[in-house]
Amino acid sequence: MSIGKSKPHDSARHHVTGTATYTDDQRAPDGLLVCWPVLSSHAHANILKINVQEALTVKGVLRVLTADDVLGENNTGPIVHDEELFPRVVQYWGQPIVWVVAETADAARQGAAKVSVDYDPLEPILTMPQAIDQNSFHGDAQRMHKGDTAAALNKSAHVLEGEVEVGGQDHFYLETHTSWAIPDTEGNMQVYSSTQHPTETQIVVARVLGVASHRVVVTSLRMGGGFGGKETQANPFAAIAALAAQKTGRPAKVRLKRHQDMQISGKRHPMLGKYRVGFSKTGKLEALDLDIYSDGGYSTDLSQAVMQRAMFHSDNSYFIPHMDVRGHVCKTHKTSQTAFRGFGGPQGMVIIEDIMARVAGYLGIEPEVLREQNFYKDGDETHYGQQLQDVRLARVWSELKESSGFETQKAAINTFNQRNQLLKRGIALTPVKFGISFTTTFLNQAGAFVLIYADGSIQVNHGGTEMGQGLHIKMLQVAAQTLGLPLDRFRMMPTATDKVPNTSATAASSGSDLNGQAVKNACETLKLRLATVAAGMLGLNAPEDLSFDDGFIYSSQHPKDRVAFEAVVAQAYLEQVSLSATGFYRTPNIYFDKLKGSGKPFYYFAYGAAVSEVEVDTFTGQWKLRQVEIVHDAGQSLNPLIDKGQIEGGFVQGMGWLTMEELVWDETGQLKTFAPSTYKIPTIAEIPEAFSTRLLERAPQEGVIYGSKAVGEPPFMLAISVREALKHAVASFGTGDLELAAPSTPEAILDAIDKVRQTTTVTGD
Amino acid sequence: MLDYFMSSQTRFVLNQTEYVLPETCSNTTLLEYLRQEGLVGTKEGCGDGDCGACTVVMLGQSARGKPQFQAMNSCLIPLGAVAGKELFTVEGIAKEGLHPVQESMIQTGGSQCGYCTPGFIMSMFAAYYSGERTDLAVEGNLCRCTGYLPIREALRSLAEPGQNDIFLQILENSETRKANENTRDFHQPSSLKEVFDLLGAYPEATFIAGGTDLGLDISNKARAFSRFISLEHVSELKIIKDEPATLEIGAGIPLSHIESVLHGIFPALDEMIHWFAARQIRNRATIGGNLGTASPIGDLPPVLLALDASIKLASSAGERIIPLADYFLGYRQTARQKGEVIVSVIIPKAQTAQTRQSFAYKVGKRGTDDISIVAAAFSLDTDEHGQITHARLAYGGVAATPVRALEVETWLLGKVWNQTTVNEAKKRLLTAFSPLSDFRGSAHYRQRLIANLFEKFYWQVAEVTA
Repeated sequence: MSIGKSKPHDSARHHVTGTATYTDDQRAPDGLLVCWPVLSSHAHANILKINVQEALTVKGVLRVLTADDVLGENNTGPIVHDEELFPRVVQYWGQPIVWVVAETADAARQGAAKVSVDYDPLEPILTMPQAIDQNSFHGDAQRMHKGDTAAALNKSAHVLEGEVEVGGQDHFYLETHTSWAIPDTEGNMQVYSSTQHPTETQIVVARVLGVASHRVVVTSLRMGGGFGGKETQANPFAAIAALAAQKTGRPAKVRLKRHQDMQISGKRHPMLGKYRVGFSKTGKLEALDLDIYSDGGYSTDLSQAVMQRAMFHSDNSYFIPHMDVRGHVCKTHKTSQTAFRGFGGPQGMVIIEDIMARVAGYLGIEPEVLREQNFYKDGDETHYGQQLQDVRLARVWSELKESSGFETQKAAINTFNQRNQLLKRGIALTPVKFGISFTTTFLNQAGAFVLIYADGSIQVNHGGTEMGQGLHIKMLQVAAQTLGLPLDRFRMMPTATDKVPNTSATAASSGSDLNGQAVKNACETLKLRLATVAAGMLGLNAPEDLSFDDGFIYSSQHPKDRVAFEAVVAQAYLEQVSLSATGFYRTPNIYFDKLKGSGKPFYYFAYGAAVSEVEVDTFTGQWKLRQVEIVHDAGQSLNPLIDKGQIEGGFVQGMGWLTMEELVWDETGQLKTFAPSTYKIPTIAEIPEAFSTRLLERAPQEGVIYGSKAVGEPPFMLAISVREALKHAVASFGTGDLELAAPSTPEAILDAIDKVRQTTTVTGD
Repeated sequence: MLDYFMSSQTRFVLNQTEYVLPETCSNTTLLEYLRQEGLVGTKEGCGDGDCGACTVVMLGQSARGKPQFQAMNSCLIPLGAVAGKELFTVEGIAKEGLHPVQESMIQTGGSQCGYCTPGFIMSMFAAYYSGERTDLAVEGNLCRCTGYLPIREALRSLAEPGQNDIFLQILENSETRKANENTRDFHQPSSLKEVFDLLGAYPEATFIAGGTDLGLDISNKARAFSRFISLEHVSELKIIKDEPATLEIGAGIPLSHIESVLHGIFPALDEMIHWFAARQIRNRATIGGNLGTASPIGDLPPVLLALDASIKLASSAGERIIPLADYFLGYRQTARQKGEVIVSVIIPKAQTAQTRQSFAYKVGKRGTDDISIVAAAFSLDTDEHGQITHARLAYGGVAATPVRALEVETWLLGKVWNQTTVNEAKKRLLTAFSPLSDFRGSAHYRQRLIANLFEKFYWQVAEVTA
């Protein structure tokens, strides 16, 4: 049995010995060239002239790539073609204008420093309010609604109106964007790219080179982290490497320095929610009218889908009878914001959780009580028309509330706060309900290709990419389980477009669900063929009755008459039986009508809940996380070690987003936080000693690979408990208005404390 | 002929194999060299010494002179600085099977994407032999995937090295290494006299010590260097003199040594060193370097100002000692003349040790390994009537230089050390400086911190004296 076991990452041994090969680690082929970008020094400007002559005088510089070099289309936009690879008009500060190609990185860098660009600066749009004022949007607004929200708001006992703003986030994958390309002499291009979406990288490279897709092979070995940041964003760098290779006939590489990566690449969307919420005297939500704005940056990228997911999750776990949500993607002169773990879901959820806490404060109800009493139940319908089944909120919630002793702890904290004027503590319990599937329905498909060699060793290919999430070990477990073999019989191949074509991005937490079924499908095809051969060898008539287990094939009626897997494989080869097979999977029974804003976009939902406790310093706004406890629903986990890693890692990444990771752009549109010295992600010191994670037990998910559930993104949003706990702590400084910015940096916390104190009305004793 | 070439070669030992350094290497980092040599296990995550993915281990000396494996960021080390040294990378520690730290990381699920892992492994390798089984060992390593819990578990579950451990034997058998070697453009003199001789010969040369600040310029190719004179091994700069009235700390002493041998003498210094960057940086960064770069947001200057420290400078013409308060002249400008070397920092010991209170504070967006928004250090004495007899309020991040709040210090003298006085002092502190707004924090926040940190000090004193 392979499934359900805690197996280390299949590359763990390579990771710890430094032998895992990343895209930049491959032995450089003879004549490898290096490409270096010239970055714009304006956020918005017409380019009048690009002076490259001086760059060409630098020893080792071969050429400067410009729009004139593009034989295909000068555009890398993944859906809407609105991203010029070589822009005529500068769209953001730090945008690559041209690329210098040289023999060495040093020469390329020096050459780039000698390219001068004449600009005609234009007025940039840098904030969401500016974009709203100037009607600067990507595409049309989206809408999802149910019931009669206006009427329900009129009838509600209480209505609150407000705004919630939440910041963006840099992916800060440890491996920066890297791609290299090697041409052959027949017009074909092999590209190695650190990409989550080899197929799209292939399409974009082919588009820029002006060739058909079959000329381009894209291979993604493994990524040093992706988190959504390499779903579309790898494409232009692969295109530049391929273009340099096409023009020179030599291999060429792009590897961004950290500063370049942070300046050039898209980030999580900052978002702004403007709402009116109606609720009863007892805290029953009745209606929510919500506009969500996102800062999409200069191009469309995936922003519409990200906004859609923010809207899908603006209810989080709560049944709101009347709801009307509109989503607007602002077009600004910034990096093109993109996919990032949760894909808009976290922003939508922060908005509703902020509202829940505010309603609770307004009514004087404990937030966790208000949350619980508004939970969805089986049979309830969401604002996009999906009826919910098997809702596990109450289960996750009560289990965690009990195991964490939440009420006792909260009482102790309230006592602490009454006695302590210098430090205040806060605690919060928050839920997560996250929809699983690509919401663009057709993307829910996957392929696999399994090859058995005559010696019985096996290669597995599937369309998913490995970025650390443990997809490959899970896929190996699926293959091993299906064929009844130990893991060491298999080799997982790098993801490549000449093995499995037309794949979807490894995204939306769907990697295991989709590719797992495809791998299983391929293995079952092979199993059937081998069973026939084995039946012949065993002198049996019913191949379908044979078991594959522990490296042997046998009939359960006669378990002692068995043949070794490799003997059957050898025999199959002699009998001229095909030993390779493709597998395929499509998620059944999901659909969504974007115009109506309704359908059944999600195959199922993942659930979880977290308790966080914090302590805030009244003098500085500095804080610390004292403890965390999580219960998360990963279905029947394929691999508890991997799944726990996803949960803990997602939580900490979410905590970073909500508390310390602050993107600061100045008034000219220049990103000021483009290095780890200025952009701070959590270190080990921010992780409390008391941190426990449990998987929900006895929770198989019907219709999903071996009863498991997707686990990549949902835990990220468990970190909202940290923000809500901080609000609890800040609220205890008085009775005034609570407004805590996100990210809740020490400065934001001190501002919030000041505000609470200043607006506290002192009543006489 | 062969002899001539042999003798002109500068070597170092990497993973127990001897390597010959290129003749000139001032503008190459150790990380670049390793990767060019095909040792690609060591990764560049940031090139700024902030992520630890490039961590390697050097065989160095502990504060007490014992051989010790020390983790450091190879992206900040100029290649010349490894001349004559012995180093280990992730490729060189698996001997008979995996090293225990490698095994431990596999078992706990400590790697996900794996890109940070070699750096963690090397930090843990150093910690395995130093006995440091706490988070401090890996605070300078960023991981974006795991949330650190399995890494913490891997670190804590390490046993002690066995008697036959190869690396333990390397440590035990390591003799004091021979004189430091030089490349043509990287000189490692061992005395001040040699420093001044070299400076006479190469006036264009740049001084370098741990290189944790200057290394950024090499890593980012911000400027080209023609020649370095390293102060890392200058014996006069490596002395700690603990005398009844003063403590003198050699400018070339790395912070990790100060951390381990001077702990407990000045609590404010202990406190600040804890917040100073992370292990890899503290293994390299020196107290002299922190004063030499003269950044207004350096971590040590406020503490040293609050402790009335002086700085000893030397040139070929002789030595001089000036109060640190007179050392900082303007933004990154100091009283150090061209050709002068920072020899040491001299801190007077309070004669009123029973009543003297001193604490240091640092506020950043992140608690650990961040550059301060405001740093502060306070030192205060009261007499038997509770009246203030001595006050030092020193700050970083509030002006172009590290600076003391002189007017408030004077005002405090003779006042009773109570909440009323503190409240009045806070009002004065709010307007004492005109800090700037930047991406770390607003001017308004900095002003509040200047005042609030002093009140925090008051309460902390009240707590310890209660």
